[in-house]
Amino acid sequence: MKYMHLIWASLFRRKTRTVLTLVSIVAAFLLFGLLDAVRTSFNQAGQSANGAQRLQTGAKLSFIQPLPQSLGAQIAQVAGVKMVTYANWFGGAYQDPHNQVFSFAVPPNYLDAFPEVEVSGGERKAFEEKRTGALVGEQLAQRFKWKVGDRVPLQSTIFPDQQGSKNWSFDIVGIMRAKDKKTSGFWDQLFLLHWKYFDETTPYNRGQVGWYVTRVNDVNQADRVAKAIDALSVNSDHETRTQTEQAATASWMKQLADIGLIVGSIMGAVFFTLLLLSGNTMMQAVRERTSEIAVLKTIGFSNRGVMAMVLAESLLLLLLGGILGLALATTLIPIVAGASGGMLNLPVLGADSWALGIVLMALIGTLVGALPALSAMRLNIVDALAGR
Amino acid sequence: MGKFIEVRDVSKVYERGKQKVEVLHHVDLDVEQGDFLALMGPSGSGKTTLLNMIGGLDRPTAGSISVGGQRIDQLGASLLATWRAAKVGFVFQLYNLMPMLTAQRNVELPLLLTKLSSAERRKRASIALQLVGLADRAGHKPGELSGGQQQRTSIARSIVSDPMLLVCDEPTGDLDRQSAEEVLGLLRALNADHGKTIVMVTHDPKAAEYAKRTLHLEKGTLVERAVA
Repeated sequence: MKYMHLIWASLFRRKTRTVLTLVSIVAAFLLFGLLDAVRTSFNQAGQSANGAQRLQTGAKLSFIQPLPQSLGAQIAQVAGVKMVTYANWFGGAYQDPHNQVFSFAVPPNYLDAFPEVEVSGGERKAFEEKRTGALVGEQLAQRFKWKVGDRVPLQSTIFPDQQGSKNWSFDIVGIMRAKDKKTSGFWDQLFLLHWKYFDETTPYNRGQVGWYVTRVNDVNQADRVAKAIDALSVNSDHETRTQTEQAATASWMKQLADIGLIVGSIMGAVFFTLLLLSGNTMMQAVRERTSEIAVLKTIGFSNRGVMAMVLAESLLLLLLGGILGLALATTLIPIVAGASGGMLNLPVLGADSWALGIVLMALIGTLVGALPALSAMRLNIVDALAGR
Repeated sequence: MGKFIEVRDVSKVYERGKQKVEVLHHVDLDVEQGDFLALMGPSGSGKTTLLNMIGGLDRPTAGSISVGGQRIDQLGASLLATWRAAKVGFVFQLYNLMPMLTAQRNVELPLLLTKLSSAERRKRASIALQLVGLADRAGHKPGELSGGQQQRTSIARSIVSDPMLLVCDEPTGDLDRQSAEEVLGLLRALNADHGKTIVMVTHDPKAAEYAKRTLHLEKGTLVERAVA
């Protein structure tokens, strides 16, 4: 620590240049923090203790291919199955096609498979009794200022009614609340409508379901049960693939977009640019301090000592900018999530993200400082003092 | 008094591309402890090269150099750095202070290599600045000091770790006459009152008058000995 003032003073010898470089580093790590939150949000989808007890069964060929409703009764007979339910993707949008609403058509027992969702008994009963009834997530209701008793229009992006219109109307009968917002925040965004109403109204669907959700008695038997369910449809025209909820969600997300690859590619490009930028700053900083480094060596600083000081300077630059960037991301994430009206369910930056960020700072700092540190170490005192 | 510095049959050859330039030819030199030696000579005569080798900044191509009984030409880079930190103080023509540090922090620099506490480092740097008459300029950065004050700060830095040997390369080369005389008077006091052995390279005969003796180098050879 006794060299800290020297390292700090060297770093800010050219204040403007250092501050501009710091701003670039802050921006890079702010972006890292935000994108890592998006990646974590996608990775966490489907991860919960309740989720571990659920299996999802979809068509083996593609998740958009429907399955026969009759399969449900067969699944219910498989040993180890506690209950089975199903759902169809509705693909609703409210007022504007950009206002996409996660909307599923489900049977009355659907919520039995999801004890992490809270709906009052009266509202649940109202949903079961009203054909055009709908249950909406708490944040979704807040976003569009909906309340129980409202009649709301939704436009399906896929399914028309019998007259060919894709405009549907639903009566809001209840509000769904996720008990644990961290793992089940998705439910606060969901819109559930009656499967029977959906099935009878659209000519595109006749006794078919999008996917089955099965609750198992014993988590340890989940693999066996999944294989047994898939065995029911072997060699049929509707072969199935059954996965745990987490695997199914990940697979579904991956069919939409490989978030990990997208985030990784963007961050790769950002950090590569940062490497060149801060590398150039450090090279310039050391080059213009040649005589000062020579003086340090003259008065007794060893080659390794000088090398360590230049490396420390580079690490300090990255750590300063990086920690500021991640702190800014930590502050901004709840604001961005709030401003999105619940569309983005971004988790707070966790210890894992901070640890990864700090490892990246150390790695980039070392790479950036390596060349100037080596040239400082190899600097010949006599030549440097003579200005050669 | 015994020989403090012994330079024996020292030659130095620099390679500039394919060309070899012999800067020093078989130089022999003895300096006693407490001496104040001025090295004079025209540009390119090898005086700075000889000074650099006595200060452990450069190595001879042939011959040997002992300082205080230590064969410094045989020390590795790391040991030589440690030796310089403990035994030698350096004063340069262009002061070579760190522009971003205050005078106090500049003077403290050599003490960072010791195990002294922060308070002790500050105390010793203050004493050194007091000795060169700059106690009231401790918080100023080099850019806020005159040339003479910067050189005195540089001298304070050279003596703060109490080395026995001071090597000075044109210490007054960049100063006006009055500042030069102040600096030279300071060097003479350090020699006379504190027993520092000083080897000083200079072009200026008036500066050389402050030394106890003067030697001349021409084309890499010591050509004259004179007692001042």
